[in-house]
Amino acid sequence: MTDDRQGITLTHLQRLEAESIHIMREVVAEAERPVMLYSVGKDSAVMLHLAAKAFYPAKPPFPLLHVDTTWKFRAMYEMRERMARELGFDLIVHKNPEALARGINPFDHGSAVHTDLWKTEGLKQALDKFGFDAAFGGARRDEEKSRAKERIFSFRSAQHRWDPKNQRPELWHLYNARKNKGESLRVFPISNWTELDIWQYIHLENIPIVPLYYSDVRPVVEREGALIMVDDDRFRLAPGEMPMMKSVRFRTLGCYPLTGAVESTAATLPEIIQEMLLTTTSERQGRVIDHDQTASMEKKKQEGYF
Amino acid sequence: MAHQSDLIATDIDAYLLEHQHKSLLRFITCGSVDDGKSTLIGRLLYDSKMIFEDQLAALEADSKRVGTQGGEIDFALLVDGLAAEREQGITIDVAYRFFSTEKRKFIVADTPGHEQYTRNMVTGASTAQAAVILIDARRGVLTQTRRHSYLVKLLGIRHVILAINKMDLVDWSQARFDEIITDYSAFAAQIGLTDFTAIPMSALRGENVAGPGPGVSWYQGPHLMSVLEALPVDDDLQDKAFRMPVQWVNRPNLDFRGFAGLVVSGQVRPGDKVRVLPSGKTSTVARIVASPEDLDVAVAGQSITLTLTDEVDVSRGDVLAAAQSPPEVADQFEATVVWMDDEPLLPGRAYLLKQGTRTVVAALSEPKHKINVNTLEKLAAKRLELNEIGVCNLTLDSAIAFDSYAESRDLGGFILIDRLSNRTVAAGMLHFALRRSQNVHWQAVDVDKAARSALKGQRGRVVWLTGLSGSGKSTIANLVEKKLHAEGRHTYLLDGDNVRHGLNRDLGFTDADRVENIRRVAEVAKLMVDAGLIVLVSFISPFRAERDMARGLMAQNDFVEVFVDTPLAVAESRDVKGLYKKARSGELKNFTGIDSPYEAPEHPEIRIDTTSETAPQAAERITAWLNGELDYTI
Repeated sequence: MTDDRQGITLTHLQRLEAESIHIMREVVAEAERPVMLYSVGKDSAVMLHLAAKAFYPAKPPFPLLHVDTTWKFRAMYEMRERMARELGFDLIVHKNPEALARGINPFDHGSAVHTDLWKTEGLKQALDKFGFDAAFGGARRDEEKSRAKERIFSFRSAQHRWDPKNQRPELWHLYNARKNKGESLRVFPISNWTELDIWQYIHLENIPIVPLYYSDVRPVVEREGALIMVDDDRFRLAPGEMPMMKSVRFRTLGCYPLTGAVESTAATLPEIIQEMLLTTTSERQGRVIDHDQTASMEKKKQEGYF
Repeated sequence: MAHQSDLIATDIDAYLLEHQHKSLLRFITCGSVDDGKSTLIGRLLYDSKMIFEDQLAALEADSKRVGTQGGEIDFALLVDGLAAEREQGITIDVAYRFFSTEKRKFIVADTPGHEQYTRNMVTGASTAQAAVILIDARRGVLTQTRRHSYLVKLLGIRHVILAINKMDLVDWSQARFDEIITDYSAFAAQIGLTDFTAIPMSALRGENVAGPGPGVSWYQGPHLMSVLEALPVDDDLQDKAFRMPVQWVNRPNLDFRGFAGLVVSGQVRPGDKVRVLPSGKTSTVARIVASPEDLDVAVAGQSITLTLTDEVDVSRGDVLAAAQSPPEVADQFEATVVWMDDEPLLPGRAYLLKQGTRTVVAALSEPKHKINVNTLEKLAAKRLELNEIGVCNLTLDSAIAFDSYAESRDLGGFILIDRLSNRTVAAGMLHFALRRSQNVHWQAVDVDKAARSALKGQRGRVVWLTGLSGSGKSTIANLVEKKLHAEGRHTYLLDGDNVRHGLNRDLGFTDADRVENIRRVAEVAKLMVDAGLIVLVSFISPFRAERDMARGLMAQNDFVEVFVDTPLAVAESRDVKGLYKKARSGELKNFTGIDSPYEAPEHPEIRIDTTSETAPQAAERITAWLNGELDYTI
């Protein structure tokens, strides 16, 4: 055995991983009741994996919160239950009772109202109900221009408002997690990861993801140029409309009637990454909510959307 | 995302393998929009193929609509959300952008904006390993170039790249390039910045950015991207002594006790001897616990969990360090402080200081000087305003393990947090410990507070009366003291007006002086409590932070806050000393309640409502409250 103490060059993924773990531990050390928002997508999958590493051999000392819209893909619900069980997380599922009572859905109410009531309002309700003072989210700075300047520790007022003028400078590895009663933090441990980093990490670490990311023959209809999967019998087909069977996959996952599929034959992770690298459109293009209003992300964020 | 590697299409597995071994470099770009900074960043993103076709289509459309390049692609639009942000009144500070090449992933900290430049740049530079300083070839070294370079040096960035941009507009003149280098070298030497790489380029045309230049004979050097790809990223952090601030103690069951943290310097292996700071106890590393299997070694930059062979006391905020070369431990420092808040630094006020994983209470001296970042002149200063940089002494309420900032960004860098607003108000860099606290040891005495208190048959404590001028504090305090005295208690009354005639004669009524006024009185009261006395303090003491500071000086339960609650209108109508009248007429400045704020206590031990309770009744209530607790019992 030699003690040669040679330098070891950490790869970019090792550095990103270390940063994310550091952030999660800092929140657990300083917050009273942290929670991890779980959307079942690939970014959430990476967050879960990182959390399991960060607190190993202990179980992550916080529950998972899924703000459910009741309109996710069936495969996502299956994955949610499986992951909570396998990783030993407590899973809290919150459905906005008002949205439930009013039967809010993307067909009758449109994507804006649907998202606002189920997701934005639902999230606020859940945080208040359980008294969570810090919530991990899986947002990344590379997703959109307005995210590029978002803090890792994002401070919210007691009304969950994001005040862009009242955000704290973040220097070195020092995060200021102090707050008064009622105020809370949104924390983004994977801020500095790009879409490619996420896929590479999933590949390297063998992280389970929802099968919808892989292409398969699925029933879809075309709506305003987007391929929408007919995931259950709540889908409203036009008179005479028949779902087509196509080889498709999803680059992002959300409510199935609002999520566009791409035609693809990529059935393995390397093929997915290959397709992503060769593709010519950005990830968010498949999300219907972003196109609703201009600067829509900025607005949603101020209102409390993640 | 059309990365231009053939491997993507032909052999994706080989491509992925290559990309798994990429390193990470964080850098900051310094310059203004006028220097072509946004164009440069846009270029780097574009040339590293991080732009999708839908984004490119949007860019082309925007370039035609609002671009400044006559319909040609305006790369600045890729990164400039600025106009929109300004309209929305959003603070523009630091934006982070990402791109990667075959060799490396890059995180760019982009700090736009002129007004908040110091705060933003310091924030962006704190995590950067390299800085790209832009110079417009036509304009040469400007004041802002000096400012950027000074801040880069201050934040300890070792790799500086001088991007001499817009060379196409000076016809790629070698003479002009050399002239700028000569100018810059002279200035750089002044601030101790000895090593930099200069590259002539045109960001607009992409020349020497991520591709070759125009082929001028006098510059054969590399382009920016290849310099960025070749800079060493590990620095010498791994060669330094092992340091790990403990973030969290991992205790899933009684048999496991792990210490989680980020290794900020050095390396660690099982079997290494470590010292716990500040306690100084030593132990040996047993395991570096990780999933799926333990590690043989961990290095600077990794977040780890380790266990020790002995049951030593370790908690969050401690530092684990190489036993043979531990960091110093001290509670007084000289530091450079960058003020980042709208409310200025008040010398003497208690702030929270976070360094590593430790949060302690800190007070700052008056700045020894502040620094004009444009001229580098040292100027006299009483306080620091937003975006000002000064050198101060710091006194902490408990000792911390530290390295100088020059040695370690993570153990030498700190932030200050306002205790009421919780805002991050400053960032700082520790220079060295002041030997005062080490050489002036606390003199241990055999007759202590308990002994003195026992002799007097009472427990020393402070009764702190706060309230507006004319609220009735002094009247009540006087009555309380008379009653206690009659009962045979040993007391002393510190009255605001009286103390200002002597001990605090040199202080006025500015916020800074009010803070110092209270600090001195609190220290005097503390000595008297130590002597076993019951001290009545009758001071307006308008700021919550200072009253909390006074409370923090005393042992628990030794501080009794009495809020003499008299509405402003009532106090003003009494106006015993005629001061309100003077304040209203403007004759008296900074008068509490009129043009200086009063922050009412949130949880006083006793609240006196003088509109429903007479002074004798109030004195009776306070005395009764005290008598319930005053008798000294061993």
